[in-house]
Amino acid sequence: MKKIPIKAQEVSPAARVGNFQEVVTAYSEEEALSEASRCLQCKEPLCIGGCPVGIDIKKFIYHITQKDYASAYFKIKEKNNFPSICGRVCPAEYQCRKACVLTKRGSSFASEQAINIHFLERFAGDYGKNNDLDTPVKKENQLSKFKVAVVGSGPAGLCCAGELARKGIKVDIFESLHKTGGVLRYGIPPFRLPWDILDFEIDYLNKLGVNFITNFIVGKTNSIKELFEQGYASIFLGLGAGVPSFLGIKGENLCNIYSVNEFLTRVNLMSAYKFPEFHTPVNIGRKVLIVGGGNTAMDAARVALRLQKIKGMALDVTVVYRRTEAEMPARRLEIEHAKEEGVKFEFLVQPKEFSGDDQGLVRKLICLRSRLGEPDSSGRRRPITIEASEFEVDCDLCVIAVGLKANQVLINATAELEINKDSDIIVDPASMETSIKGVYAGGDIVGGEGTIIEAMGMAKRAAHSIIDSFGQA
Amino acid sequence: MKIISKEIIANAAGVKIVKMSLLSPEISRKAFPGQFVVVMVNEKGERIPLTIVDTDSAAGIFSIIFQEAGLTTKVLGALNVGDRLYALVGPLGHATEIKNYGKVILVGGGVGIAEILPVARALKQAGNYLVSILGVKNKDLLILESELKNTSDQLYIMTDDGSAGRKGFTTDMLRELLSKDKYDLIYSVGPIPMMKMAVRISKEYQVKTWVSLNALMVDATGMCGCCRVTVYGQVKFSCVDGPDFDGQGVDWEELEKRNKAYSAQEKHICHHFPATETQ
Repeated sequence: MKKIPIKAQEVSPAARVGNFQEVVTAYSEEEALSEASRCLQCKEPLCIGGCPVGIDIKKFIYHITQKDYASAYFKIKEKNNFPSICGRVCPAEYQCRKACVLTKRGSSFASEQAINIHFLERFAGDYGKNNDLDTPVKKENQLSKFKVAVVGSGPAGLCCAGELARKGIKVDIFESLHKTGGVLRYGIPPFRLPWDILDFEIDYLNKLGVNFITNFIVGKTNSIKELFEQGYASIFLGLGAGVPSFLGIKGENLCNIYSVNEFLTRVNLMSAYKFPEFHTPVNIGRKVLIVGGGNTAMDAARVALRLQKIKGMALDVTVVYRRTEAEMPARRLEIEHAKEEGVKFEFLVQPKEFSGDDQGLVRKLICLRSRLGEPDSSGRRRPITIEASEFEVDCDLCVIAVGLKANQVLINATAELEINKDSDIIVDPASMETSIKGVYAGGDIVGGEGTIIEAMGMAKRAAHSIIDSFGQA
Repeated sequence: MKIISKEIIANAAGVKIVKMSLLSPEISRKAFPGQFVVVMVNEKGERIPLTIVDTDSAAGIFSIIFQEAGLTTKVLGALNVGDRLYALVGPLGHATEIKNYGKVILVGGGVGIAEILPVARALKQAGNYLVSILGVKNKDLLILESELKNTSDQLYIMTDDGSAGRKGFTTDMLRELLSKDKYDLIYSVGPIPMMKMAVRISKEYQVKTWVSLNALMVDATGMCGCCRVTVYGQVKFSCVDGPDFDGQGVDWEELEKRNKAYSAQEKHICHHFPATETQ
């Protein structure tokens, strides 16, 4: 008998757009059991191959069916340090769920029938967190004489630090911002990843003995060379991709045109939605346009809706994307949530230029229509601009969410660090070591804009190389 | 992050300028003239950039000078010796390019005078002949006069009301100097209209002019693009590409408008926290 996939409960769209609280509610025990029981426990599970860190998905789901949630939790933790985070933000429909045998062959993302692995992961992760299953134990051993500097406290940095600290290695994490978490803090809105989940993981590392040094920008406050001189045996660079791309079109510097990073940083990191209690302002418009089709575009659209709602304005946010919905790189769930909440979509639209008023405020986006051509290097069909198809869209606020590039401050300050044409750091893919001996890198600074779990996978590999190098020391 | 000393160096006609020295061995050791720090006064505060005016690496301290304008600078000005800032990061931005250019004119307007002092000292040390022009509303708002007198070969003071030095604008003096003699470089910091006028004049005389821009910033490490400015048609981030730029290429109208993007909120928040206005 075919069982129906269990969708996680959600706060109703009308209720949730008025605040920044989490949208997706956790599975209840019954829901988790019911969803886990749909798993076919394949002899040769395909899902595991779809996970960038190779979680034994079959096993952890089996443990859930046996109501042995602790074992499920530890099974995931063998490969993934942050199940509560990944269970919320992983694009499962492009990874494990897409690989699931229940997904129709050849589809570009998971079928609805595919097991909701991410919701089960979140269930097990939250169970472990709520029951304090994994007590951090500070170790003192022969590895404790080694000190490692981790630069950046985003997903890659946190993961690497955890791996090292669990072995007894002393770790200092340097973070340039005043708060830890990197993109998990400044980028992902709390309605997708609540801060208490992030704080729990950071607190866990603290208890493991990891030392966090905020307001410290390596490359400016200090250099790689000086870190070595201070006695760090190895350095891990988890710098992230935080440099916003712009469209490069006329009028893009008009007021109220934000990069997605600025818009989200103001709202998430600086809590601008609580202005004036929090002192950082953010502007909101009556007609908001978001340019782009990725997760950050969806985040920006949904943040904009919430700002409009909080201000008592009518909701009017439109995403413009140059391809169609099928090619959008965003998680399907985010697209669905955005639609439910009232975000409008305009597909096959290519921005041409912005026009503004005499105060320098944006008033219009002039666009061209496009159509889809042949697939490009990303495998998605390339948008082709249709000539003489120009039209105008009114807007008084626009967010540009068309990609992020590698952070440059440390790279520019470190001539010996080899980079590729995209300014990403070049590493030995097996060891994650950079062109500087003893300096490793992982996450978006190596792979370009990717997922959090991919960043963690790289960080783990780097951590193991660091541990191995100490074994030989 | 601890405040080591605090001095109100000007307080007249509704303008209050404060000098503070802050404890940070790392920043004081690393800072070069032209660089800045980002501070947050408290957990709910904004991140604002402030130029590093002076460093004492032996003592591990550096100083900032700011005019109380918005809420953040007012709250900062209300802090006292021994208080700690919530966040302090730096040194940020590129240092000013220091070498022996020859004859250099420094133009400082208002609190911008504070920002030319470290550059003046470094340029002097590099062997330049320095002419400084300081411009303020009136004599009570003149800051760092003796420091710049000691550093400069010639010093001119311009006031709006003639209460000190000569009556007129810094740019009047700039034009006068340029018309009489040849100079190799101009370095100008102050209100946008002043810098805009300075580069208009310097362009006529074809003298390269560096300006230090005061664009709005959030992270100030190249991640948000709030501080983007157009220089010779290219989009630059003031925080990581600047803050010094060739002033003759800057799109001043755009910068002026972008710097007003939050003026309504600024008024609102100062009204919302009236207590700080009286401090």
